[in-house]
Amino acid sequence: MDIKLDNISHSYGSVDVLRDIDLTIRQGQIICLVGPSGCGKSTLLRFIGGLERPTKGEVLQVGTPPEASLNPLTYVFQHFALLPWRTVEGNVRLVLEGHKLPPGETDAIIRDVLARTRLSDFAAALPKQLSGGMKQRVAIARALAVRPAVMLLDEPLSALDSQTRELLMDDLVDLWTRQPFTAVYVTHNLNEAVRLGHRIVVLSRRPGRIHKEVQIDMPLSERRLGDPVLDAKQAELWELMRDEAMAADQELVDG
Amino acid sequence: MDKSATRPVPFRGGGFNPRPMRVVAPVVFVLLVAVLELGTRTGFIPGLTMPRPSDVAKTLGAMISSGLMWQHLLPSLQRLLVGGLIGTLAGVTLGTLIGLFTLVRAGLLPMVSALFPIPKIALLPLFVIWFGIDEASKYALIAFGVFTPTVVATFGAVDNVDRSLIRMGQSFNMSWWAIVRKIVLPGAFPGILSGLRVSLAIGIILLVAAEMLGAQYGIGAYILEAGSLYDLDRLFAGVTVLSVLGLILSSVIGVIEKRFLDWRG
Repeated sequence: MDIKLDNISHSYGSVDVLRDIDLTIRQGQIICLVGPSGCGKSTLLRFIGGLERPTKGEVLQVGTPPEASLNPLTYVFQHFALLPWRTVEGNVRLVLEGHKLPPGETDAIIRDVLARTRLSDFAAALPKQLSGGMKQRVAIARALAVRPAVMLLDEPLSALDSQTRELLMDDLVDLWTRQPFTAVYVTHNLNEAVRLGHRIVVLSRRPGRIHKEVQIDMPLSERRLGDPVLDAKQAELWELMRDEAMAADQELVDG
Repeated sequence: MDKSATRPVPFRGGGFNPRPMRVVAPVVFVLLVAVLELGTRTGFIPGLTMPRPSDVAKTLGAMISSGLMWQHLLPSLQRLLVGGLIGTLAGVTLGTLIGLFTLVRAGLLPMVSALFPIPKIALLPLFVIWFGIDEASKYALIAFGVFTPTVVATFGAVDNVDRSLIRMGQSFNMSWWAIVRKIVLPGAFPGILSGLRVSLAIGIILLVAAEMLGAQYGIGAYILEAGSLYDLDRLFAGVTVLSVLGLILSSVIGVIEKRFLDWRG
């Protein structure tokens, strides 16, 4: 299933947030959305996930999601959004409860996703006992449990320290390599973008428009921290964004 | 560098962090009772102003052994339980609706705010006309008294439920009812519970008020009777029972908090 953004514009009152966004998200690819703060990249992700409606234009699903997919468009949030009163297992179970799966299947799915995110030993732990990186792995396990057609990741690593971020990036690459998934990955971190993105879409500052698209052909599993090709790409992206970011930084929030 | 100018950095942290200490409360209590006992025995405190604690204890003992205690306590407990339950259920329901729906909030929140400061005791004659002189009017008074603070506590607690958790539920296609049941209500539970502490105390206050009008049995009736005979021993015995009731209710809530809210960080 592909996702097509058709001429999307959005404004909050008199403030234009996004203008004329056309984008196609192809199956099996990770697309990174980067841009200066306030450029509307998270808003765009909410449009794709159907949590908000654009003032103009449409988000289209091209083709049908696979039969087995329980929740085709699935989020991973920046602040994890785990229920603090449920255990790791309970948090994953939460999103399966409404689907009336045959008996035993729920448990099988939970076991599988916890194993894939290396959380099997922590099934009974409460979120308050986990580190930030573990919490985000639980959130990723929860997202995988509903077999998404497209994963929507909203700055999933931004709340983590840089070492944890490095580890989780490896985890994401591993997951993708074993079973390629489609993802839209919003971040302000250019290093994450060049490590995880097949395509990187740079948005301009408000009103957000597609400023440039950068393609990286190197397979995800070969991308390493400090790789010169990636560093060059990252530098290229930063050159594209630098002035925009500076201008965005000096804007008044409600201006 | 001048050696004499070397001194430790002055400590400015600490404090603002009261911790639980088990022994202090009983010690304070025992001391207070001892002072009263000593004062009334020596005549420093005249018998007309304060009863002797040992006499109150004797009265309580007599009440228990004669069965009079249960005769008064059981109807009171029943009134508190029925009235409190009705008030709490209605309050949590309306509070949740006010927390979730714009129209309900706009329409009913001002009404609740207007009802909140009314001394419910003032409405007792009205309730007697509406519900009759026996149990129903007492249930209604207690329920009404528990209702308003519960509404306010509940809708505040629902307001404070992390919206990102609700968006998460929506993003996983959870049904409206599942979101309310599995995200909103558990998230609001700590707030509802601390509201319950207040509203149950109000329930006990209203219990006594209700029993002062047209009740043959009940702790309130007992206290009223003792008061009109100026029998301080029995008056204080009744008051002690109410205090113990309050303590028990609040420790029950404490136990519930420990049991169900250990997920809080």
